Amino acid sequence: MNIVVLLKQTPDTESVIRIAGDGKSIVTDGLKWIINPYDEFALEAALRLKDKLKGKVSVVSYGPPRVVEALRTALAMGADDAVLIDDPVLKTADYLRVTKALTAAIKELNPDLIFTGSRAIDYDQGQRGAIVAENLDWPHLALAVAVDCDGSVVTIERPIEGGKVILESPLPALVTFGGAHAIWNPRYASLPGIMKAKKKPIAMKKVTDLGFDPANFEPETARIRITSLEKPAERKQGRIINGDLDVVGKAAELVRSLHEEAKVI
Amino acid sequence: MAKCVCVIAEFRNGNFRRVSFEVASEGKRVADALGLELYGVAVGSGVASKAAELGRYGVRKVLVRDDPALENYLAETHVPIVAEMVGRLDPAVILLPASVDGKDLGSRLGAKLRVALVQDVVQIVCEDGRVRAKWPIFAGKCFAWSEWLGGTLPVISCRPNVMSCREPDDSFAAEVENVDVPIPQARSHVKAIDYDTSGKVELSEAEIIISGGRGMKEASNYSMLEELAQLLGAAVGASRAAVDSGWRPHSDQVGQTGKVVNPDLYIAVGISGAIQHLAGMGSSKYIVAINRDPDAPIFSKADYGIVEDLFKFIPAFTEEVRKHKSTCS
Ligand SMILES: Cc1cc2nc3c(=O)[nH]c(=O)nc-3n(C[C@H](O)[C@H](O)[C@H](O)COP(=O)(O)OP(=O)(O)OC[C@H]3O[C@@H](n4cnc5c(N)ncnc54)[C@H](O)[C@@H]3O)c2cc1C
Ligand SMILES: Nc1ncnc2c1ncn2[C@@H]1O[C@H](COP(=O)(O)O)[C@@H](O)[C@H]1O
Repeated sequence: MNIVVLLKQTPDTESVIRIAGDGKSIVTDGLKWIINPYDEFALEAALRLKDKLKGKVSVVSYGPPRVVEALRTALAMGADDAVLIDDPVLKTADYLRVTKALTAAIKELNPDLIFTGSRAIDYDQGQRGAIVAENLDWPHLALAVAVDCDGSVVTIERPIEGGKVILESPLPALVTFGGAHAIWNPRYASLPGIMKAKKKPIAMKKVTDLGFDPANFEPETARIRITSLEKPAERKQGRIINGDLDVVGKAAELVRSLHEEAKVI
Repeated sequence: MAKCVCVIAEFRNGNFRRVSFEVASEGKRVADALGLELYGVAVGSGVASKAAELGRYGVRKVLVRDDPALENYLAETHVPIVAEMVGRLDPAVILLPASVDGKDLGSRLGAKLRVALVQDVVQIVCEDGRVRAKWPIFAGKCFAWSEWLGGTLPVISCRPNVMSCREPDDSFAAEVENVDVPIPQARSHVKAIDYDTSGKVELSEAEIIISGGRGMKEASNYSMLEELAQLLGAAVGASRAAVDSGWRPHSDQVGQTGKVVNPDLYIAVGISGAIQHLAGMGSSKYIVAINRDPDAPIFSKADYGIVEDLFKFIPAFTEEVRKHKSTCS
């Protein structure tokens, strides 16, 4: 069983996000980086499946050299090898192009299953997984909060508004992962794991290594671009309901405020 | 066919989901701004007899593919059918709901048509015939604006509960055209589907949400919040601390790695207001915080703050709400 996990490195969830001077990107200096939490869930699910069915887990990422750190963490958690597509030509490519490159790197690994996060918590687009499946013409099962596989069929539970769906597909298939820490409880890298990870291979690739002509990724081929970033409007200053009111007085005042001022009850 | 704006309406369980009407309303605004007609596309079981309803929100004509086999959304069947129908309309813009299924359909549809989708859009602007869209990034710490290049077809999924619904015009029915697109052979399938019939209000659709955090102390104390929720027609949510403690199911988690919600009223009870929690509820219209620690960060986001022990305050508040409801009705 070969499983490929798509992994993106994102800023830590605590990060203060500042808009850069160009007005359309963020200041990355001083940011702490983590594995996108949903990709960590995907990786944990892959490692559990490897424990059950044997085989290999590979992680694939596109990003700058700092991503090696995230890949080392994934290897220390138990992944077997990693691929990093680090090519400046992709910097101005749109995400459809980037996903093409990711798809090519995945193909070389010949997986039975591809696991991705349901969304990356940075630009929050929640679409790369399904795009890779479409590129490969594979079935995909999205937003798994539970997964099982017997080696030939994969089954997931998918929450939908007001219910849940059980989806099933023969392999090969792609699964995107949702859920929360309480479900997946991703493992920590152990000390022996960290030692072993140092010897595991990380292949660095350029688009030419994946069989592409770099001209395919030039800025003018982009279909979409970010034109600007903006900060949300500040919330207006709120009010602490206190005065000399007792508990019942505060409760009554809150009901009055919500009814008369906010008009929400 | 003349260029148009196209909305993909979401049909489930015999009805259009409300978000479809929001998207149709937004589609009408976009169509008017671009001087185009608004058309619709809908797939499902029993959709043909309901599709005319979209006319009330400004849709002129709907292409439908109605078949019992299309009862439940499945990317492998729905995406090729929608792609084929969209192709017949040749739209200038496509809008669809950023619902669970809508986001999934949009992703694969965009890839199939080799056009660019932006998910979870909260604002669309049309200037000089060009479309731009805005969506929250970094868990709402920022917004991004994007534009489409070289005449590419914009595909936009709209975040639910954000775009306002038009006043439905009951005198107007959309023209409905059944299209005979073959249903593709799928490898994946829906094995089971299970709707919650408890009457519980769905978190992502609730107008009022009451969330409890670590301050709730134990699972059984949530009955207090449930009682209040019942009175207000609200849904109950939770912080990660409460979910990690096993007090509430993961599906109730609000935040960066939980649900992103934007109700009219969010009441945070015994929640400190960690940045990852704020990420999930910071865009609520009104926020109430109940916390005994006056320095809890949640107060900086709250419109109304109550510094009290929640075990004293919630019963008193529930009683006042009950009184209010009985005088109002
Ligand atoms: C990668 C990552 C993702 C995360 N994702 C999420 C997420 O999606 N959602 C989320 O919520 N968190 C998330 N977190 C966790 C987040 O950082 C906080 O740990 C969590 O939100 C804290 O939950 P809490 O406010 O309930 O608990 P605490 O921070 O412990 O706060 C409890 C509050 O209750 C108050 N309190 C206690 N007793 C009473 C009482 N009797 N009456 C009144 N008030 C009382 C206390 O004063 C305190 O302010 C994430 C963290 C990480 C690292
Ligand atoms: N640069 C990247 N490298 C590897 N995987 C990625 C990258 N960007 C996105 N992904 C994968 O696609 C998923 C969805 O991302 P997105 O569509 O960006 O929200 C993520 O959870 C990752 O699994």
